[in-house]
Amino acid sequence: MLKFLIDKDTWQEIYSSIRKNKMRTGITIIGVMWGIFLLVVLLGAAKGVENNFNKIFGSFATNSVFVWAQSTSKPFKGFQEGKRLTLKVSDLENIKKEIEGLEFVVPRHQTQALAVNNFKSGNFGIFGDYPELDNVQKKDLVYGRFINDNDIKEKKKVCVIEEEIYKQLFDKGVYPIGTYIKINNINYNIVGMYKEGQIGGGGPQGNIHIPFTTFQQVYNRGDSVGWMMVTGKPEYDITQIEADVKLLLRNLHKVHPEDERAFGSFNLGERIAQVTRFLTGMQFLTWFVGIATLIAGVFAIGNILLITVKERTKEIGIRRALGAKPWEIKRQIILESVFLTSIAGALGIIFGGLVLMLIDATIGKGPDAALTNPTVDIPVVLIAALTLVVLGTLIGMIPAQTAVSIRPIEALREE
Amino acid sequence: MIKIEKLHKSYPIGKDSLHVLKGLDLHIKEGEFVSIMGSSGSGKSTLLNIVGLLDNHDEGNYYLNGQKIEKLDEKKAAILRNKFLGFVFQSFNLITYKTAIENVALPLYYQGMGRKERQKVAMQYLEKVGLKDRADHLPSELSGGEKQRVAVARALATNPKVVLADEPTGALDSATSASVMQLLKDINREGMTVFVITHEEDIAEQTDRIVRLKDGVIISDEKVNKKVNA
Ligand SMILES: Nc1ncnc2c1ncn2[C@@H]1O[C@H](COP(=O)(O)OP(=O)(O)OP(=O)(O)O)[C@@H](O)[C@H]1O
Ligand SMILES: [Mg+2]
Repeated sequence: MLKFLIDKDTWQEIYSSIRKNKMRTGITIIGVMWGIFLLVVLLGAAKGVENNFNKIFGSFATNSVFVWAQSTSKPFKGFQEGKRLTLKVSDLENIKKEIEGLEFVVPRHQTQALAVNNFKSGNFGIFGDYPELDNVQKKDLVYGRFINDNDIKEKKKVCVIEEEIYKQLFDKGVYPIGTYIKINNINYNIVGMYKEGQIGGGGPQGNIHIPFTTFQQVYNRGDSVGWMMVTGKPEYDITQIEADVKLLLRNLHKVHPEDERAFGSFNLGERIAQVTRFLTGMQFLTWFVGIATLIAGVFAIGNILLITVKERTKEIGIRRALGAKPWEIKRQIILESVFLTSIAGALGIIFGGLVLMLIDATIGKGPDAALTNPTVDIPVVLIAALTLVVLGTLIGMIPAQTAVSIRPIEALREE
Repeated sequence: MIKIEKLHKSYPIGKDSLHVLKGLDLHIKEGEFVSIMGSSGSGKSTLLNIVGLLDNHDEGNYYLNGQKIEKLDEKKAAILRNKFLGFVFQSFNLITYKTAIENVALPLYYQGMGRKERQKVAMQYLEKVGLKDRADHLPSELSGGEKQRVAVARALATNPKVVLADEPTGALDSATSASVMQLLKDINREGMTVFVITHEEDIAEQTDRIVRLKDGVIISDEKVNKKVNA
């Protein structure tokens, strides 16, 4: 068999038969190429959407919910509806004490302010944060560190900036850590910088994080809390925690127990679950379409081989009259189809890859890219290509088998 | 070389079957030049195909080169065909996308002969049929007579024991027919057994022995009176 494969004559035969059957060759190659191409592009696009999702939500603990105070919508215990509510630091203590299944409760403050560095300035989102924020929203630090306990205790004038801020306020090549920027005319020492593109809300052009206690002092927030992020232990249902927390808050703030509007919340866990379901559905669809395409491709190849073997029945008859053994006929047909489908598969992979690169270069760049890094796993593609080759060949075997199982004289009689 | 006893062959036609060969006895010795004649549908091709192992018989015995042919699987049949038999067909049956020399070399390929050797042998036989200068032509670039001579060269390439020709001159005019017949006579003179089907008396006259077939039986089998053959 090896001798057969490395034999120049074998390839000469294949070459001449491929040249002879240009139409068949073209259709087969296009059919297989299209199947693989579609699979590569679909899988790549699905991966790109998934990556994009991970880029946006990936930094958050999935089992978390944001909670903030609004106004009452029902009168209760002598209070009119429409009373403004504010979260208190003491609320957090109570939540930690009362609610089961909590992992972290992280209070935050948020505002917008002008930040200035020498002659450059910009309006950014300013956050008052605890070190624990890092537990619920992982920061990918480029330089330095995040806010620490000491910063909180001593109400230090330090800040952690998003890379975007650095780009706007600093000249290229300047090392930002240890330098100062002015926010509302107060100097803050930059202690850390993290990668941009991570959701934080707030700032239209980037976020700056300062210690929570510093924020309270500078912006006169007393013992209030802007909003909080609550994270549940993995085994607890975040939706239940969300309801429990809000009920407790209504209780603490003397709000009607059924006043759903008094406290607002955003359930990230639920949202992520939704998106995950969407992604799973999309992946399923991709595979479904991909496999359907492959099967269609296989049948196309099989069909074409069937037609061509039929066309070549007479030739096969001649070869048999000249002493070709059945296996010699069959392996030639097999090798031909393997060769054709492999080449077509390779072309499909190459073109698919090129299209993914094109997608990446056009709509895959920047913070609001539709797709991020659309890639496909090489083994997946190779297995798909291999399946195609094997199935195509097996289907091609059917006509080959018929061609050798009829008596040679019948093959010869074929016109 | 070829020995046939009480050979029967039927073709199934729907539910019925058509009895084509009805108990033939024929013995062709090595080196003979035999022609079969008979009206259309008398079973000539059927007989030749059975002799050529392209088809199988239903009843009776067939010995090729002393070997009894029965329940032959296709692989063994292919080997026997390659080794003992050479075919010349009325419609040439050259492979259209191969050149003359590639066509002649093809049976040698199936014999397992190396490429260089094959080219050499094929060229020798092309030379023998006078087509050395047409070696690299495709069949479509050859005349009918040339095609048939390529086919003869191909039949001879493996140096078989028997050359079987089913109306080799059926598609040729008389001049080219003569050159093909001359070729067959030449190879017969070199010792090859040649078995041809023909419709034409004057072609049959050029062989050593004429077997006449009618409705699936042999009605006469006689030596040709050798005039002084050129
Ligand atoms: N595959 C087949 N199936 C059914 N009938 C067949 C088949 N091949 C041949 N026959 C029939 O068998 C009979 C003999 O056919 P054969 O081809 O041997 O005739 P022939 O003597 O070669 O005729 P011709 O001179 O026209 O070539 C014919 O009646 C033909 O119709
Ligand atoms: Mg006939």
